[in-house]
Amino acid sequence: MLSLWRKIRRTGRVAEPPPPLPEGERPERAALLGGSVQIRHVDAGSCNGCEIEIGSAFGPVHDGERYGARLVASPRHADALLVTGVVTRNMAEPLRRTFDAVPAPKLVVAVGDCARNCGVFAGAYGVAGAVRDVVPVDVEIHGCPPRPEAIVEGLRKLTGR
Amino acid sequence: MSALGVVGGVVQPVLIVAGSPLLVGLMRQVRARLEGRAGAGVAQPWRDLRKLLRKERITPRGTSEVFRFAPLVLVATTLVVAVVVPFVATESAVDPVADLFAVVALLALGAVALALAGLDTGTAFGGMGASREMTILALVEPTLLVAIFALSVRVGSTNLGAIVSSTLHDPARVISPVSLLAAVALIVVIVAETGRIPVDNPSTHLELTMVHEAMVLEYAGPDLALVELASAMRLSVFLGLLANLFAPWGIATEATPLAVLIGVLALVVKVGVLGGLLAAGEVFVAKLRLFRVPELLAGSSLLALLAVAASFFLA
Amino acid sequence: MNLAATGMAAVVAIGLVTALLAAVVPARSAVVGVGTAVTGAAAVVAGAAALAGGSFSVVLPEVLPLSGVALTLDPLGGLFVAVTGGVAVAAGIYAMSYVDSLDLRTRGVQVALPLFVVAMALVPAAANVSTLLVCWELMALASLVLVVAEHRRGPRVASAGRWYAVMTHLGFVSVLIGLMVFVAHAPDDSFAALREAGGRLSPAVAGVVFVATLAGFTSKAGIVPLHAWLPRAHPEAPSHVSALMSAAMVNLGVYGVVRVGVDLLGGGTAWWWLLVLALGAVSAVYGILQAAMSSDLKRLLGQSTTENMGLVLVGIGAAGLFASSGEHTLAALALTAALLHVVGHAAFKTLLFLAAGSVLHATGSRDLDALGGLRPVMPVTTAAFGLGALAASALPPGTAFVSEWLLLQALIHGLPAGGVAAAIAMPVAVAAVALTAGLAVATFVKAFGVGFLAKPRSGAAADAHESPFTMLAGMGVAAVVCVVLALWPAGVLPAVQAAAGGAAVSGDVTLRLSQATGALSPLLLTLGLLAAVVVVAGVVRAAVARRARREARLWDCGGGPMSARMEYTATSFAEPLQRVFDDVVQPELDVDVSHHQESRYLVQAVEYRRKVPDRIERRLYEPVLNAITAWGGAGRRLASGSVHRYLGYGFYVVCGALILLAVTR
Ligand code: SF4
Repeated sequence: MLSLWRKIRRTGRVAEPPPPLPEGERPERAALLGGSVQIRHVDAGSCNGCEIEIGSAFGPVHDGERYGARLVASPRHADALLVTGVVTRNMAEPLRRTFDAVPAPKLVVAVGDCARNCGVFAGAYGVAGAVRDVVPVDVEIHGCPPRPEAIVEGLRKLTGR
Repeated sequence: MSALGVVGGVVQPVLIVAGSPLLVGLMRQVRARLEGRAGAGVAQPWRDLRKLLRKERITPRGTSEVFRFAPLVLVATTLVVAVVVPFVATESAVDPVADLFAVVALLALGAVALALAGLDTGTAFGGMGASREMTILALVEPTLLVAIFALSVRVGSTNLGAIVSSTLHDPARVISPVSLLAAVALIVVIVAETGRIPVDNPSTHLELTMVHEAMVLEYAGPDLALVELASAMRLSVFLGLLANLFAPWGIATEATPLAVLIGVLALVVKVGVLGGLLAAGEVFVAKLRLFRVPELLAGSSLLALLAVAASFFLA
Repeated sequence: MNLAATGMAAVVAIGLVTALLAAVVPARSAVVGVGTAVTGAAAVVAGAAALAGGSFSVVLPEVLPLSGVALTLDPLGGLFVAVTGGVAVAAGIYAMSYVDSLDLRTRGVQVALPLFVVAMALVPAAANVSTLLVCWELMALASLVLVVAEHRRGPRVASAGRWYAVMTHLGFVSVLIGLMVFVAHAPDDSFAALREAGGRLSPAVAGVVFVATLAGFTSKAGIVPLHAWLPRAHPEAPSHVSALMSAAMVNLGVYGVVRVGVDLLGGGTAWWWLLVLALGAVSAVYGILQAAMSSDLKRLLGQSTTENMGLVLVGIGAAGLFASSGEHTLAALALTAALLHVVGHAAFKTLLFLAAGSVLHATGSRDLDALGGLRPVMPVTTAAFGLGALAASALPPGTAFVSEWLLLQALIHGLPAGGVAAAIAMPVAVAAVALTAGLAVATFVKAFGVGFLAKPRSGAAADAHESPFTMLAGMGVAAVVCVVLALWPAGVLPAVQAAAGGAAVSGDVTLRLSQATGALSPLLLTLGLLAAVVVVAGVVRAAVARRARREARLWDCGGGPMSARMEYTATSFAEPLQRVFDDVVQPELDVDVSHHQESRYLVQAVEYRRKVPDRIERRLYEPVLNAITAWGGAGRRLASGSVHRYLGYGFYVVCGALILLAVTR
């Protein structure tokens, strides 16, 4: 316990100073949320590269939570879906249902090139399409995988902070 | 019903409703800082609540009015407790309800409403959360009541006003073994009842480790806002109770504006410090396995029994 | 003749006429139902009159040989008569259509119902030992007939009847022995004479009398370890009879303990009451623990009766303990709490059993694992059971909350009063009461949440329908009493205190303890709660954006659809508790894994069986039963069927007798 305390003291704050608020237009409905965005993450068929980056976007260094975004356990609690990967055939219906389970107003963020345009998996036999083909997408985040900074930037478009 | 009681009865619920999301924000902030993060700010829970109130209401198919009314009952029980318990002023607005047993039972009633709502959804997780919550509640009860017993024996009453003012007049009691043992027992109980680590993890995403969260997975929008507000209020009510049972100093004993102001400030400081300590403590421990929790609670009820024994043999 | 006497006369007259009519009239069920309800109403009147101070006593020497029938009604007896009557009113109304539907119309069963009520009403009115014992036995026989009424339904009913018959008669023998020893030290067998002799008994004799009667009376109240018959007989009886047994008959065991221990023997010594307290605490915890594990709705209610009678005995034990150390106000407080709990328990247990009967009537099942989803199809029954569950689980604004609050107050204030014995007993008792209260909450959340809410777990539950009006009316009577007791306990407190023989609580809306500072107002609490609900609902309505409520499918993780088989059952609900109390209940687990023929790494099927046996029963009763069976086996070897052998036995016995005579002469 003491060693943990010493470690906390030694490490201090690791969160980096926040970059300036991203440029670019915000989705209109995001203003309704007033700086608080609860996020449900849906893996629609990703290679898990994106998940690792989402994990570090909410880690101490980038600290996505400081901008008012938070991961939650149920789509009922969520305002936004964070969808990664191409939408496989098996996940198309669950993704639709998850979207349906979110109370309005709701937003969808497509994370990674797969989610945007099927990326490296384009044309594969198990693929139903990009996220856009299944549910309406509000924000897209580039990269394969996207850098955590890019994910945080995308989320800040929702929270506006 | 005295003037002081009325003032307390008005100020306290307002303070608790307004302050408890801030307490949760504070606790998250403390945790974030200890983890090296920046944190979302103390006001974030209020932003969350504001947003949830603006969202759509959802009725899951097949649920009954039990599901719909449970959040109301949950908030209402806590609100009644916030009105009657002497948090800011020593006198209670409704003295015949300000009984320790009644308060404990009221808080249990809120938990029961939520457990029934969990069962009402008919989902596996709802049932699981309800079952676990009720198990913990059943095991917490002996500790809680025996600790109350230890505290009330010397005062000769379970009336909260009486207990608080007697401690106020006799500060030496606070450091007696009875108080210390009972305090430790009560802290364990409060950790269990408010669903904090190591009994439950309020920020878990893993359904299988959930207790409280599992019951509320189906709530959305304003209903969820009520549930979240209620759990924040329960936390501050329990911490306030702990603070005023063992360290009631600063509480208003007369109905002057200055006294009430000092009372408010004292409560805010005490609850804030307790909340900060609780959050800091949580960083150092891991969540217990569900089936190790009874051992923790058994230990605490032993402490409570010792407290009663001490109150008899050391008196 | 005053009101109490008229009332009792009416009870006997109406009850007997109803029984007679039941034997001759073709449309029995309505007649019996109405007759039973009216008998009950008369008993309520008689009891209330006695509580208000109008006691009477009559002696009818011709009716019984030896000492004749003697009846009297003092406040203590009046309370129990009134409670019995109240239960009978609800059960009688309920029986009118319940009986019609379940093929319980046989003559014997119908005759037994009013007789049972009359016998129960006469027990607390008995004023000498012979009357008490005769009424006690009549009550046992009538209820036995009713327990086995549905014997065609299966061997479990017959087995329950056997258990009940044996145990109730062993209890009777125990009471008989105790009272006979007592009477031997008194001029005659009237209670007045016993009361006078009670003070002069040597401690040893008094102890024997008390323990013998305690064993008999507590076996009727379902107190551990003599409870084994209760969770068998109460659920197997038709539901209105279950209500009568569980809400009225068990009380008479409590009555017996108070009458003999406190009244006739005059209080006795501290160890008696420590024994009572311990029995009560163990029964309360053990009973509710069994109920928490149970997945049979009516069995669960039966086990909860053991729990509640345990709580009552905790109160009585505490009262006796305080009285023996001279704390009479505290003793009155504890006794008031105990008797108030008797009244409250009668009300909510009636309601719960009648509601359970309604479920049984609609679905044919009382297995919680097969119920659920009754809320849309049986709204009234669901509401009734919900109210009963709230009343039973010691939560505000419930019925048991008030009496348990009083009980806890008595226990807490008893610590400084009672010396070292109290210093050890009181905290443990508080812990036991608290654990009981906590487990009761879990139990009734399970019973209500699993049994009535969520989705139906079987076809029968899905096709359920609401019960006919008279059944609902019977539940309604009990429900109204529950609500009144919960909100305005002061309404019955004067009566209860008259029975307890001391005023320790005063007040109208607010109950105040007269000795210590302590106050509780259930009405204000409830009003406050309602006001808070209204305020919160109003604020939310004002603050919420005007969006329509949307109905959505349950969140099934995107898969689904979710079926009833994925729901938590009563068994799974109780699983964590069962694990926690593993050492106490010792469940039997049986896991069978069968493998594929080709490879033992491939599992074909897993079968899981779990049973939570009654451990006390296993430890205590099984050896006795085995011994009896062994005896029977030995006896059978003697009876081989050969006439020569039997003649030989006769010869040997005669020879033996002659030798004995020759030696002793
Ligand atoms: S975008 Fe790249 S990292 Fe993300 S799921 Fe697709 S392939 Fe994996």
